[in-house]
Amino acid sequence: MSASVLLLILMGLMVAGYLIGRLRSLAMVGGARGLRRLQSLPHYYGLYTALWCGLPALLVLVLWGAFQEPVLVQLAQRTAPVEVQEAGAVQMDLYMNDVRNVLSGSVAAAQASPGVAATAERYRQLHGAARLALTVLLLCLAIGGLLWARARIDPQRRARVAVENTFQYLLLACSMLAVFITLGIFLSVVYESVQFFRAVSPLEFLFGTNWSPQTAIRADQVGSSGSFGAVPLFLGTAMITGIAMLVAVPLGLFAAIYLAEYAGAKFRAWAKPMLEVLAGIPTVVYGFFAALTMGPALRNLGATIGLDVAAESALAAGLVMGIMIIPFISSLADDMITAVPQSLRDGAYALGATRSEAIRQVVLRAALPGIVGGVLLAISRAIGETMIVVMAAGLAAKMTANPFDAVTTVTVQIVTLLTGDQEFDGPKTLAAFALGLMLFLLTLALNVLALRVVRKYREQYE
Amino acid sequence: MSNSVQQTQARVAASLRRRYRAERRFKLYGLLAVLLGVSFVLFLFGAIIAQGAAAFRQAQVTLDIQYNEDVLGLAGERTPEALATADYAALVREALRARFPDAQGREGGRAALRLVSNSAAHELQRRVEVDPSRIGTGERLTFLAGADVDQFLKGKIDRTLPEDQRPLSDQQIAWIDALREDGALRLAFNRGFFTNGDSREPEQAGVLGALAGSMYTLLVTLVLSFPIGVAAAAYLEEFAPRNRWTDLIEVNINNLAAVPSIVFGLLGLALFLNFFGLPRSAPLVGGLVLTLLTLPTIIITSRAAIRAVPPSIREAALGMGASNLQMVTDHVLPLAMPGILTGAIIGLARALGETAPLLMIGMVAFIVDVPRGFTDPSTVLPVQVFLWADSPERAFVERTSAAIIVLLLFLLIVNATAAVLRRRFERRW
Repeated sequence: MSASVLLLILMGLMVAGYLIGRLRSLAMVGGARGLRRLQSLPHYYGLYTALWCGLPALLVLVLWGAFQEPVLVQLAQRTAPVEVQEAGAVQMDLYMNDVRNVLSGSVAAAQASPGVAATAERYRQLHGAARLALTVLLLCLAIGGLLWARARIDPQRRARVAVENTFQYLLLACSMLAVFITLGIFLSVVYESVQFFRAVSPLEFLFGTNWSPQTAIRADQVGSSGSFGAVPLFLGTAMITGIAMLVAVPLGLFAAIYLAEYAGAKFRAWAKPMLEVLAGIPTVVYGFFAALTMGPALRNLGATIGLDVAAESALAAGLVMGIMIIPFISSLADDMITAVPQSLRDGAYALGATRSEAIRQVVLRAALPGIVGGVLLAISRAIGETMIVVMAAGLAAKMTANPFDAVTTVTVQIVTLLTGDQEFDGPKTLAAFALGLMLFLLTLALNVLALRVVRKYREQYE
Repeated sequence: MSNSVQQTQARVAASLRRRYRAERRFKLYGLLAVLLGVSFVLFLFGAIIAQGAAAFRQAQVTLDIQYNEDVLGLAGERTPEALATADYAALVREALRARFPDAQGREGGRAALRLVSNSAAHELQRRVEVDPSRIGTGERLTFLAGADVDQFLKGKIDRTLPEDQRPLSDQQIAWIDALREDGALRLAFNRGFFTNGDSREPEQAGVLGALAGSMYTLLVTLVLSFPIGVAAAAYLEEFAPRNRWTDLIEVNINNLAAVPSIVFGLLGLALFLNFFGLPRSAPLVGGLVLTLLTLPTIIITSRAAIRAVPPSIREAALGMGASNLQMVTDHVLPLAMPGILTGAIIGLARALGETAPLLMIGMVAFIVDVPRGFTDPSTVLPVQVFLWADSPERAFVERTSAAIIVLLLFLLIVNATAAVLRRRFERRW
């Protein structure tokens, strides 16, 4: 049975368990009249039975679903010819790819090599056996749990406590998921990066200035090694982020000041949501705009004043990214500015300051830590932004400080290294994970710093 | 004495003028910044609507088709194999030759055929296979015109350019003009855009495949991230003891919310595809990745909504003998639900527009078929925009903009729902 049918059956059994538990508890005390002799309300006995019926089975189903495929592949691989087994992981992957093609029917079994056909057949058998085993196991667990719980129902059983404790553990598990996600990101990225650093020295990666990851297909080809010096990528990222910040910080900050301090309620009521629309537009739309409108426009502008602007210039990507980040800075700064107590402004006015003087010398200074935190968050966002640069920045890594030139970034390289690539072990694909690790660590550091700065400031006036 | 007072007054007056000027300048900068931002919003929307509106209309050409046996090359055969391999494009070519006697020779025939989309041949094949008795008869049918014709009709191809610089020859333009004059070639509503999957031919490409993929992906995301997010938020707000462990969870969630989305894509690639062996390009995996991505957002907003429920509600519930869990499920969560839903919808809107992590798990493949399940290969709307934006054909530019319009429309609906929910059900305590 397929997983979705099993799931439906489980749901059905759980509903049945609920009804059985409820009726059983009522029957034991002689119907609704004996209700006060029950320790818990009838529906808690129902839930108690349903949980016993469903939870163990669901747990097994999820774990089984997660680990079935890797285990089956491992088992099926044992039928591969000896020379493939000894040739290493890459050969094995190619071999399993053939097997998969046979299994999906895109290659007829008769055309495949006998080894491949045998492995495919073995996999198919294992798959069928696993499915049957899972079905039997789940049904046994569900029905067994149901009967067990039913047998345990009696008027003295503290069903409510049991049910509530279970729910609390479920809630706890949900909240721990966030930690597991972080852990999962960290472990998976680190694991692949370690593989990468076995092939390429970390020093070369961090300080090398030549990035050309195109590993050749044949070993004897010229430049077959590929080189992985990531400094040009870091520089490119820094340049585009810098341009974006040059646009976003002044515009966002001035917009926030105006909206918080000068604008009337009416103007604020429509201008603020309009600005926030910018934050809701998908990044791929900005990318399209940067590549098709901003890039050519800047190029034409450059041509008329005699500047040589590349079609995929860092400037175009940076400008559009800056626009995207404006609302991010403006709404954070707005919050920070409105959080400054009115008494500080009044004090400044009383000393004869004009409004702008009060803002510049008192309000902004009081709000500074929060604003700095917001800017740090915005920088981390710009560094990790992908679609705009994938669509509007260049692909070739170049060491340049010229914003009119095409540069490439960390995120662009991650995408180009990983899209459309099937094999998964070459340094080329692993390099993407090393870049991902850098990205993760850098943004994490920025976020921790920013959150700390913001929190410290918030405590000041509360 | 009075002299120095006057001097002081003059200096104050001068400095006041300066300070007031600075004040006005400062205010003006602020206003300019706001207006710049707002005008960019308007400009962006204007540019995309202006570019994309044309894609909702499509050139169609009406031709008299004769199902001629010899042209098809059938020679009396009616077996399915013979019908499947017959030359249906030749039918279109002959119909065009009948209309334009000057379309002679191989070159002329090919030039004429370029006026009509190659979907015409598929359409004819379908009609013949459904009813082989059509052979020998004739009928008048309307087909999609070729992408260049479509662009020409919309004025995107300049006829004053020299012949070798435009995709249509003088002869083809003459034919187009002739067809337009007798109403056989016109712009009509582009239904195919909403009912077709992707295609390499711009005139046949539609967003239905991407829309279906987005729906499946978002369904997975919603089903997983909403209950898990609310449960996590309820635990952290109502049950969690204050200790280092819960502090760690909290810091973690806040940091996760700011991790770049592409890193979640890397996680999905390493974990779901390479370790668990789930299928590439599947909405199931996309939904899982987007769940991880939206979970922090949903947890954070749900916590805020739960925190906004005043303690008196909790005390009243507990005072009436409710247990902790009853207090949360029966009182706190229902009251916090509008806020929680708003947060969930905003999280979903983010997931709907997300592109980068889905590129990592192979949802960029070129997929013609409309997906029919959670494990079928598919793509989503923003990725479709990315794919089309990469295509060199100029006819894809307007399709890209039109796909963006559809995407923005969906986002607008989603966000408007959130706004309505908030306005109707939000309570001020």
